[in-house]
Amino acid sequence: MAGKKKPKVAVWKFASCDGCQLSLLDCEDELLAVAEAIEIANFPEASRAVVKGPYDLSLVEGSITTPHDEERIHQVRRSSKFLVTIGACATAGGIQALRNFKDVQDFVSIVYATPDYIDTLAKSSAISDHVRVDFELRGCPINKYQLVEVVSAYLKDRKPVTPAHSVCVECKRRGTVCVMVSQGTLCMGPVVHAGCGAICPAYDRGCYGCFGPKETPNTESLSEWFKDHGMGNEELVRAYRSFNAYATPFRKESERHD
Amino acid sequence: MTKKTRTIKVDYLARVEGEGALYIKIKDDVVQDVKLKIFEPPRFFEAFLQGRDFREAPDITARICGICPVAYQMSAIHAMENALGIQLEGPLREIRRLMYCGEWIESHVLHIYMLHAPDFLGYEDAVRMAKDHKEIVERGLQLKKIGNEIVSLVGGREIHPINARVGGFYKVFAKTEFDGLKERLKWARDAALETVRWTAQLPFPEFEQDYEFVALRHPEEYPFNEGRLVSNRGLDIAVADYENHFVEEHVEHSNALHSVLKERDSYFVGPMARYNLNFERLSPLAQEAALESGLGRECNNPFKSIVVRSVEVLYACDEALRILESYEKPDRPHIDLEPRESVGYSCTEAPRGILYHRYSIDAQGRILNARIVPPTSQNQKTIENDLWKFVPKFLDLPEEKLTWQCEQAIRNYDPCISCATHFLKLDLERV
Ligand code: SF4
Ligand code: SF4
Repeated sequence: MAGKKKPKVAVWKFASCDGCQLSLLDCEDELLAVAEAIEIANFPEASRAVVKGPYDLSLVEGSITTPHDEERIHQVRRSSKFLVTIGACATAGGIQALRNFKDVQDFVSIVYATPDYIDTLAKSSAISDHVRVDFELRGCPINKYQLVEVVSAYLKDRKPVTPAHSVCVECKRRGTVCVMVSQGTLCMGPVVHAGCGAICPAYDRGCYGCFGPKETPNTESLSEWFKDHGMGNEELVRAYRSFNAYATPFRKESERHD
Repeated sequence: MTKKTRTIKVDYLARVEGEGALYIKIKDDVVQDVKLKIFEPPRFFEAFLQGRDFREAPDITARICGICPVAYQMSAIHAMENALGIQLEGPLREIRRLMYCGEWIESHVLHIYMLHAPDFLGYEDAVRMAKDHKEIVERGLQLKKIGNEIVSLVGGREIHPINARVGGFYKVFAKTEFDGLKERLKWARDAALETVRWTAQLPFPEFEQDYEFVALRHPEEYPFNEGRLVSNRGLDIAVADYENHFVEEHVEHSNALHSVLKERDSYFVGPMARYNLNFERLSPLAQEAALESGLGRECNNPFKSIVVRSVEVLYACDEALRILESYEKPDRPHIDLEPRESVGYSCTEAPRGILYHRYSIDAQGRILNARIVPPTSQNQKTIENDLWKFVPKFLDLPEEKLTWQCEQAIRNYDPCISCATHFLKLDLERV
C-alpha cells in the first residue's frame, strides 16, 4: 500500500446486540494486520478516537427502530462511499422485528405505562428499507471469515465471494450426513442461506435459519414436509419467525400458517 | 474569583458495549449532577418471548448480548430446568461450567487488554497501544482466542453458540477431542498468570469505597450457575427470592432501569463482588497469584477490577483444565423434558455479574411471561455514585484529562449497555 492513503473504515451501530461488530474483534489472528491495512476511523466499541468522514467503507450493524436512527442512517449513507450491512438485524430487521407482527397500538399500551415517553417506531426495519446498500452480509451473527473476505475484497477492489446457495450444500461439502434423512430431525437448511458452514447439523441439530432465506427458497414444500412430520401451525409460524422473521420469503410463509 | 460552571460531556461513550453517554455538571467545584445516559433503543425481548416455546428461550435471549451470549443461555436454561424440577449432574453439568469458563476468558480478556488497559497507559485503543506494546497486545489476543476456542468447540461457534439446550446439549464430545485444546489451555494459564502480574503494576488512583457486593455463593465452587445470593452486608437468599429483595427504579435520563436493594440501596455485582465473597473458593493457583500481586483478599478500589478480572481469567483457565482432566463423555447428550405449568428462576454469573431470569410457562410449554435483569442495570447506580465521589478529587485536572478519567471510571464496570437497556419499558408495565 506504499504511497497510497489507507482506506478509512467506520463501524456503525443501530438496534442490535453488538455481536456482529464483535466478530471483528474476534479475528484475533487477523486484527492487527487488518488494522495495518486500513484506518479504523470510527469504531466506538473499540476506540475513543474518532476521525471525521467521509469514509471509504462503512460496516453497519443493527436495524432501524427509532425516529432518530431513521435520520442517522441517512447521515451514515451520505458520509460513506461503500456501505455494507452486517448481520440479520441490519439486513432483515433482526429478532426485534417480531414486534412487526403485533398491532402496534396494542403493543404500546400493553407495554408502556407512559406511551408519550416512547421513542420507538412501529416496525424494526432493515437498513436497505431506508438507504442504498452496496453489499449485505447474512447471519445472526455473521461469520467472521466472511467479514474478513468482504474487507479484503474491498481493499483489492474485487467482488466478495459469499455464495448464495443453501445450508444443505454446505453440509454436503462438510461431509455431514443429512439430519432430516438420518435422524428425522426437522431442519430449515434447504431454504436457508449459506455462510455459517452448516454448523447446526454438524452438532446433531436442525438448522433454525439464523442466516435467513436463500435466494428463491421453496418454503412451501419445506413446510409440507414439516407438517407431514408432525409440525403444527403454531410451531411452523415460530420456525419462520425468529432472527430473520421480516425477510420477505420467511414473513410470507409464516403468514400463510398464521 | 468568578463563579465557575463546568460540564463534562461525553456524547458517545467509547469502549463499552452499546450506546451510552455521560453528563456531569460541576458548579464552584461542587458536583451538581451526574447522569449516565443509556440511549440504546429497547428491543422488547420480554414482550416477544410471550407465546414462544420454553425450548426457544436460550437462543432468543442470547441475542440480547453478543458479548455474553453463554450467560443468557445458561440463565435461561437453568430457569427452565428449575421450572421443570430437574438439576443436571455429572459431566453435562461440567461441560456447562467449561463453556462458561470460555466466555469469562473471552469477555474478560477483551475488556482487560482491548477496552480497559489502554486507559491506564494513555492510548485511545488497543490497536494504537500495539504500536508500542505489540507483545502485550498479541498475548491478549491469543489468550482471548483460547476463550473463544472453548466456546466454539463446545458450543459450535463463539457468538450465539448453538449447542446448549434445556436438558443438556445437542452433541457431546469424546475426551480425546479436547486434547488439542488442553495443550493450548496450559499456555493460556501461563499467559493469564502473566496478565495478573502485568495488570497489578498499572498505575491506580486511590479510590477505596464502601460497597455492598452481591454475588452467588456455592458451598464448594467459585460460582457460575448455582448458589445462593449473598452480600457482605448480610444478604443470604435463595435465587427464587430475588424479586422480594431487589427492585428496579426508573430514572428519567436513562433507557435502562437502576436496580437497588429494597432494604438498603445501590449494590455492586461482577468480578469484584465474586472475588470478595468467594476468595477461598478460587483455585490455589489463582489465590496465590492474587496475593502475590498485592491484591489482598479483599478489593474495594474499582480501578483494580482489571486485576480481579485477570485473576478470574487465571481461575477460568485452571478450572477448564481441571474439568478436562477428569472429563468422561456423558452417556447421552441431554435428557428429554416434558413441559408442565410452572415458574422457574435462575441466576448465573455472567462475566459482568449476576444475570437473573424468571419464566412462567403453561402445560404446553409456552412462555406466559418473562423477566430478565442483566448485570449492568444493577451496577448503574453504583457507577453514578462513584462519579459523584470521584470527580471532586480530580477537579484540578484539565478538561480532557478529567473527561478521560471519568470514562475510565465507568469502564471499571465493563458496562454492557446493550444488555442493560432491553428491559426498561417492559418493567414499567408492572409499576
Ligand atoms: S444479527 Fe444477531 S448477532 Fe448480529 S447484531 Fe443482530 S442480534 Fe446480534
Ligand atoms: S445451521 Fe442454520 S441456524 Fe445453525 S448456524 Fe447455520 S444458518 Fe444458523
